Amino acid sequence: MSDSGTGATGSSLGEMAQLSAITLNVNDQARRLEVDPRTSLLDALREHLHLIGTKKGCDHGQCGACTVLINGRRVNSCLTLAVMHEGDDVVTIEGLGDPDGLHPMQRAFVERDGFQCGYCTPGQICSAVGMLAEVEAGWPSHATADVASPRVALTDEEIRERMSGNICRCAAYPNIVAAVRSVAGGDPG
Amino acid sequence: MIGQALNRVDGPLKVAGLAPYAYEHWEAGQPLYGFIVGATIGKGRITRIDTEDAEHAPGVRMVMTHHNAPAQGIRDESIPFEYWRAQPVLTSPDIHHYGEPVALVVAETFEQARGAANLVDVEYARGPGRFDFAAFEDEAYVPKVVNAGLPTDTAVGDFDTGFNTAAVKVDERYTTPYEFSMPMEPNACLVVPRGEDLTVYVSSQIVDAAHASIANTLRIDPARIHIIAPYVGGGFGSKLGIHAETILAALAARALSQPVKVALTRQQIFQMVGMRTTSSQRVRLGAGRDGRLAAIAHDVTMHTNPDMEYAEQTAATTRSLYAAPHRLTSHRLTPLDLPRGEDVRAPGEAPGMLAVESAMDQLADELGMDPVELRIRNEPTVDPERGVPYSDRHLVDCMREGARRFGWERRPATPASVREGQWLVGYGMAAAIRGHFQAPTTVRVRVAADGTAVVQTDMTDIGTGTYTILTQVAAEGLGLPPDRVRIELGRSELPVSWGSGGSWGAANSSTAVHRACASLREKLLDAAGSDTRSPLRGLDLADAVFSDGNVRVDGASEALSEIVERHYPDGVEAEGETRFMGDDPNYTDYSIHTYGAHFAEVGVDADTAEIRLRRMLGVFSVGRVLNPKTARSQLIGGMIWGASAALEEEAVVDPRSGAFVTRDLAHYLVPVHADIPDVDAVVLDGYDDKANILGAKGVGELGICGAGAAVANAVFNATGVRVRDFPITLEKVLPGLPPMGI
Amino acid sequence: MRPFTYERATDARTAVGAVSRPGAKFISGGTNLLDLMKLDIERPGHLVDISRLPLRDIEELPDGGLRIGAQAANSDVAADARVRTRYPVLSQALLSGASGQLRNKASTGGNLLQRTRCPYFYDTAAGCNKRNPGSGCSAIGGFNRIHAILGVSDSCIATHPSDMAVAMTALEAEIELLGAEGSLRRVAITDFYRLPGDTPHIETVLRPREMITGVDLPPPPPGRQLYRKVRDRASYEFALVSVAAIVSTDQGTINQARVAFGGVAHKPWRSIEAEAALTGRPATMATYRAAAVEAMRDAVGQGHNNFKIELAKRTLCRTLAQLARES
Repeated sequence: MSDSGTGATGSSLGEMAQLSAITLNVNDQARRLEVDPRTSLLDALREHLHLIGTKKGCDHGQCGACTVLINGRRVNSCLTLAVMHEGDDVVTIEGLGDPDGLHPMQRAFVERDGFQCGYCTPGQICSAVGMLAEVEAGWPSHATADVASPRVALTDEEIRERMSGNICRCAAYPNIVAAVRSVAGGDPG
Repeated sequence: MIGQALNRVDGPLKVAGLAPYAYEHWEAGQPLYGFIVGATIGKGRITRIDTEDAEHAPGVRMVMTHHNAPAQGIRDESIPFEYWRAQPVLTSPDIHHYGEPVALVVAETFEQARGAANLVDVEYARGPGRFDFAAFEDEAYVPKVVNAGLPTDTAVGDFDTGFNTAAVKVDERYTTPYEFSMPMEPNACLVVPRGEDLTVYVSSQIVDAAHASIANTLRIDPARIHIIAPYVGGGFGSKLGIHAETILAALAARALSQPVKVALTRQQIFQMVGMRTTSSQRVRLGAGRDGRLAAIAHDVTMHTNPDMEYAEQTAATTRSLYAAPHRLTSHRLTPLDLPRGEDVRAPGEAPGMLAVESAMDQLADELGMDPVELRIRNEPTVDPERGVPYSDRHLVDCMREGARRFGWERRPATPASVREGQWLVGYGMAAAIRGHFQAPTTVRVRVAADGTAVVQTDMTDIGTGTYTILTQVAAEGLGLPPDRVRIELGRSELPVSWGSGGSWGAANSSTAVHRACASLREKLLDAAGSDTRSPLRGLDLADAVFSDGNVRVDGASEALSEIVERHYPDGVEAEGETRFMGDDPNYTDYSIHTYGAHFAEVGVDADTAEIRLRRMLGVFSVGRVLNPKTARSQLIGGMIWGASAALEEEAVVDPRSGAFVTRDLAHYLVPVHADIPDVDAVVLDGYDDKANILGAKGVGELGICGAGAAVANAVFNATGVRVRDFPITLEKVLPGLPPMGI
Repeated sequence: MRPFTYERATDARTAVGAVSRPGAKFISGGTNLLDLMKLDIERPGHLVDISRLPLRDIEELPDGGLRIGAQAANSDVAADARVRTRYPVLSQALLSGASGQLRNKASTGGNLLQRTRCPYFYDTAAGCNKRNPGSGCSAIGGFNRIHAILGVSDSCIATHPSDMAVAMTALEAEIELLGAEGSLRRVAITDFYRLPGDTPHIETVLRPREMITGVDLPPPPPGRQLYRKVRDRASYEFALVSVAAIVSTDQGTINQARVAFGGVAHKPWRSIEAEAALTGRPATMATYRAAAVEAMRDAVGQGHNNFKIELAKRTLCRTLAQLARES
């Protein structure tokens, strides 16, 4: 474990806040950054690495537009500091696919019109990818009738509950569920 | 091509996260970051503002307050539309509403700007503020006109007599709360100064309005301002005009001669961007036992900012919805020291139809009549107030088709009579109507020698599908495959439109593109017809068909690109226009609307009164549909907004401070996935030949109109509890539920 | 957000040493602390990152209980097979809270320590004795729909927002604390939280520099468990009222009951009164109603939240009836 983020002396307002050097593995590339410790992972991606696909919708974990995958798990990148992720694997929407080679979830969102303005979309897609991995691992949800049961059937109700951390104000919800359903397989949404 | 369910052409870029929104343009290099400080009183003045600590904080480049802000243009009321007027900020120590900007801190990083904003020390002298709508409702005044220039009051027949002598009467008061558009992309702006010029990347629905408003505020030559808004992360009215973020970014960028960007925080949007006005609405319906309305009145009181009047046209669609010989509508405004009211998706219809369509449901209940049947009995033959024919009214068709598809015949005839497990189940319906408007729009279509076309207009795509439908219209108009058509939007150098708003964008811009393509076809046929090298020469070109990149007449065919290359080696272009509706006699001679019918099923928890939407269907008539996929998405989105207005959305003002208490997305509730089950929208085939040459009308706001009332009526059907104070939260239903018992 | 310095702790003992600096705070998942720092409500000068401490495991205890490391993510606890089968009320409570993304980040210790969601606490311009002692309580006489009905004071009517802690209260969890001197102590969860009194800014019995290292769940009590959360939205919202109940019946008679409420008080509200009214009584609606009345006997509304009293009663009756039906 690196200690590159430690050692700053007490910073008062009159003195320059010390920058922290960190390395993040973003979309399979080691990216070295010097950031103000106050920098959220979201702002590190957007303002330092210019990875604009990760969106700032509320900056307080109340909308999900900033969802990325850290070490394979979906998280709100607005509510974590970049310096806390030394050495972590971060996958953003840009890492899932590009227009010439879309990820199946990205393609499904286009096909099912799972968005309108597109601003919440990268977060929805990253969240959906992370969510399907959680289902694969047998995690229950609030919609699961019996949490003790080891297997989870991915009904539309389950998709909705598990995707509820991603707000879409255009309200493309029915189409997003259809897109996720088409990737997950099973009955059509 | 027109009418096909083409996937969004901007889709791959958006799902890959590569479409840049206002705050995300890096071509001009590293900008400075601005962070706004808002007032913490609702009314009064700044007595002292100390910026020294902030100015000395690391990285801070400037702190702008009313002491050092440049002089700006004033709001010129001779400019007919608010969104084109100057929007000056930091002009005086006076505070007009809570959260009004008092300073901008500009620093090298976002963290530095936000951190230093905490160090701006402001002292205020509080003045007596008026913040409580209910307390001042009686002091309302009569505005000259309401939104869209519509009359404030209307009267037909003799309402009092008609109402008083009616066999069955409904006379109820409804209230609706402050609501915010809350698109997912916060209002944001990046301004890049280059010499005297400003390049402005802004999240805006109307490029021309942003352009004019910035020029009027900064008092500089509009030719020096270049607006760029290729992607807009939702608007719903809140980006028709620009706000403090844009003006402050521009002032700071000019002062520092460096790029500056500013975004509102989610919390600041609740203080610095306008909202749907709160309303108190009295609806009176007088009907015979046969359900025929004799009298209908809709009287509305709303709040307004004292300096910037905004009069939502809440009773306006009531004028065109149902037949009745005796009618009244009125709008009144109560000045409060709150932010200005602004357009929020379906201004007028959204709160107004919530009340009127709830009242109609109550009337049906009192008559013991099916709510669909009641509405059919009151279907007018001509617009009941204007006396002109409807252009293309299919409201009854929508209701009948919707009832059939939804299984309306299974509606519980008696309220509170159906229980499934924990759920009390109810059905509700409501009608939808929305005026269709037309505004001036110019587009340019250019065909290059390689046979590709580009469509250019300053129109925006705020998620509505503009890129996609204009691709389709141009592809059809020129007979090109869609991948040979490129759409350029959202730049002030392009031909001017009235942008996205009022549900007019699609029809305005499509019609203009259609006309431009017709001009281009004519030019190309003229060229080919007289060209000895063309196989089309001498043929009757009136029957020419443009398709697959070729021009065909009888058996002869020539590639479009060959004609262009030979005659217009540098390309050929034509402009197309859509007129202002006031200059189009159809809009005077006909009552032009879109229509629909909503059907909703809700479950209400018999013990806790939690209300959950179970399914919802809308059937709509909108003229010709340009793209059924994007149109359906718009309509579904609107319906969900309606459900949200019925059940969730409410911005609460603390009457002691004038501050919105519910000012983030944890407290101002909008629907999440789990709230929205099976919601579908069906559009009837149609073509409104009075609306425009394509027969197309807007869909962006129709979905919300009446949708909330269908949900509210379903809650009544489920529980027997009629809530008229929106939103219908569980504590309003709980007292009407049966005592606990299982 | 004010400037701060940052260090990552590598073991628990150095962490409690590092946090002795003035203005220092631990950061774990960060989902609440950063939220508050961005709004200038929390202003640490130094952050000690304890998220990578080896406290993530969920382990069997010799007495048949379960130990949950303080750094175990909420989602890992909710998904743990032992939790799901032996402590389903805890899994249900966790899954009813926040969103999938937040549960992946939020830690067990952080969840216990999350601050109230009172909007006046979140508004630095408003008076709030919890945020700024002595500045008054704006929620009293203000918009108080989500506020407390039990255990309030003239200083504060805020609620504790955690779902997890409500279930842990019903399970009689013990919280393990590592002190500045390296000593460990254990506190029952009901003793861990304080009522507001006239010091609402002091929310727990946590001493300066103490760190939560784990939560011990005693062996599950007999009976069936259920967590029921009532809210406006169907998901991703804090509770208006919630109930964690564990009931054991024998031939139609309740022989043991645990009841805790969420969303009604400054802390997860264990209702000994309801438990007493249930124990030894027949498992019938009449008994549940009597228990609900006892549970809410001292409840007081503040205006907008008056409905919570009736809602809490109904939610309790409903939860108990559902438990009886499923047993």
